[in-house]
Amino acid sequence: MFAYIVRRLFLMLVTLFGISVIIFVLLRVVPGNIVDILFDAAGFVDPADKANLERELGLNQPIVIQYLHWIGGLLHGDLGYSYVSEKPALEEILPRIPITARLAGLALLFSASIGIPLGVISAVHQGSKLDYALRVVSLSGLSLPSFWLGLLILMASVSLFGTMPIFNPNPKTWLEALTIYAVPAMAVGFRSAALTMRITRSSMLEILRQDYIRTARAKGASEASVNYRHALKNAVLPVITVIGIEAAFLIGGLIVTETVFNIPGIARFLVEALRWRDYPIVQNLVMFIAVVVVVVNFIVDMLYAAIDPRIRFGD
Amino acid sequence: MSEAAPPETVLDVKNLQTVFFTNSGLFRAVDDVSFSVRRGETLAIVGESGCGKSVSALSIMRLVPDPPGRIVGGSVTLEGTDLLKLDDAAMRAIRGNRISMIFQEPMTSLNPVMRIGDQITEAVRLHRKMSSKEAWAQAVNMLRLVRIPEPERRAQEYPHQLSGGMRQRAMIAMALACRPALLIADEPTTALDVTIQAQILALIVDLQQRLGTGLILITHDLGVVAQTAQRVIVMYAGKKVEEATVESLFETPLHPYTRGLMASMPAVIALGAKTDARLTEIPGMVPSLTNLPPGCAFAPRCKFAIDRCLKEYPPLDEVKSNHWAACWRAGEMLEAS
Repeated sequence: MFAYIVRRLFLMLVTLFGISVIIFVLLRVVPGNIVDILFDAAGFVDPADKANLERELGLNQPIVIQYLHWIGGLLHGDLGYSYVSEKPALEEILPRIPITARLAGLALLFSASIGIPLGVISAVHQGSKLDYALRVVSLSGLSLPSFWLGLLILMASVSLFGTMPIFNPNPKTWLEALTIYAVPAMAVGFRSAALTMRITRSSMLEILRQDYIRTARAKGASEASVNYRHALKNAVLPVITVIGIEAAFLIGGLIVTETVFNIPGIARFLVEALRWRDYPIVQNLVMFIAVVVVVVNFIVDMLYAAIDPRIRFGD
Repeated sequence: MSEAAPPETVLDVKNLQTVFFTNSGLFRAVDDVSFSVRRGETLAIVGESGCGKSVSALSIMRLVPDPPGRIVGGSVTLEGTDLLKLDDAAMRAIRGNRISMIFQEPMTSLNPVMRIGDQITEAVRLHRKMSSKEAWAQAVNMLRLVRIPEPERRAQEYPHQLSGGMRQRAMIAMALACRPALLIADEPTTALDVTIQAQILALIVDLQQRLGTGLILITHDLGVVAQTAQRVIVMYAGKKVEEATVESLFETPLHPYTRGLMASMPAVIALGAKTDARLTEIPGMVPSLTNLPPGCAFAPRCKFAIDRCLKEYPPLDEVKSNHWAACWRAGEMLEAS
């Protein structure tokens, strides 16, 4: 097991290295850099000034040197400076992480705590009216884009209460904090909840047919014990995979949601930085997201082994 | 053990009817079947796949999947209580406590993500007020009782770490943990290696006798029946076609289907005198239960069939003392033998 974890950690480093190369190259393949964008806006400018600025930012150097410069700094904890704000990239990124983390965490919590129980209920009552109703709701969850749902929620909120949740970086009460985050989290988590429900349902249907479920009933176990203690624990593995994938996918979903709800998280910041070709911000943010995804994957695999004793990672 | 006292009846099944509602129509998986089991007695239920043996067992446990199945008639009286009249909670208190069941597939009948000890502990704690520590000790004791070596260690293990035979032993331990009055073993050795089969069967019979449990042994193997049971019922297409003591059945099988089963069993031939006899098969297949003929369901496959067999279903008559058969020609069979 220990050897496996070491090997996994090594593979994670290789993956992150690969991602760093890809994002670095892709960014520079995209036409235009920050200097072009700035000077385009200004109209005609002396090419010498442009070259000066490029030299100042190090954009005139060969791409390999630029890459080594970035990675070298990253390994020392030096993320460089934002081209736009000229502040250290770390200072720009760090305060935004908790905001997005809260949002993503709540969205995942929402999707798991709604999706899993509803999936179990739907499977247990397969073919009933309740099952059909839940499946229709989940289908709508999969079909509604989260930004559209977000807009609907905002419009409904305005027409019903005459106001809408506005982001406040320092909420006064926990209730205010909850509304600020919960509403967008639900808008973005609805889709994940729907997906989680569907996976839970199909996985449960499969497990409920197993012989050991009949054994549990033959012991005299109650329906609740059969469904949750015996069946769900076996059925939850694919659900965990999906939640893991959703956790990574969420970042993409958050870009629109953060924009719609005007939340200053990392997802919206990433899009803005991309528009300005703010390389230090984009590179480091993408690396941060990559680390999150790789770590979530690792956690999912570890959870597999923790839940199913048949899965043991060989040394 | 008071051998002299008349053994009391543990289970009395009367006119049990279980039907399945399917897309191709309604079929009677168990049709008007009656039998009883006394304390410490072994009743074997014999028949081909699909004859209603397992559904009879599941009906007693009230575990027939509904839908599509439903028990539509009869009574199942266990120790004086009609199980078919109980509500779900009362039935749960009986399952695993007064009646237990061992299934055919030990490989898939244990929960793969729970330790063996926990699964037995659960069976105990569902029916006995015990701390988890006491229940665990009881689980280890049960594993020792079914002769699993190193029971303390095995209790900590998961099903996939045990062999098929060990898993079936664990199933037996779980089934007997609450000392049930009745144990139903549904083809308990079919999925096991031949070498293990005899061990498991001997274990079940030994424990049954020590604990005074009534046993219903469902099997298609007449060799197993000869070794273990006192009484036998033979089922065909959802109906009981013959019932007798083991001796009487093997001595004078009265239903042509029973004769066919015996002729197709190599083990029985080896036990009998005619060692040069050829194995014979029963021609044809079990009929579709949704479309049964009006007469005897076995008639189309029966070489003794007469016109009457195709038109009228024969009643279950006591052809010989304590030996019933549902065949128009059972009397002739008795005379001929």
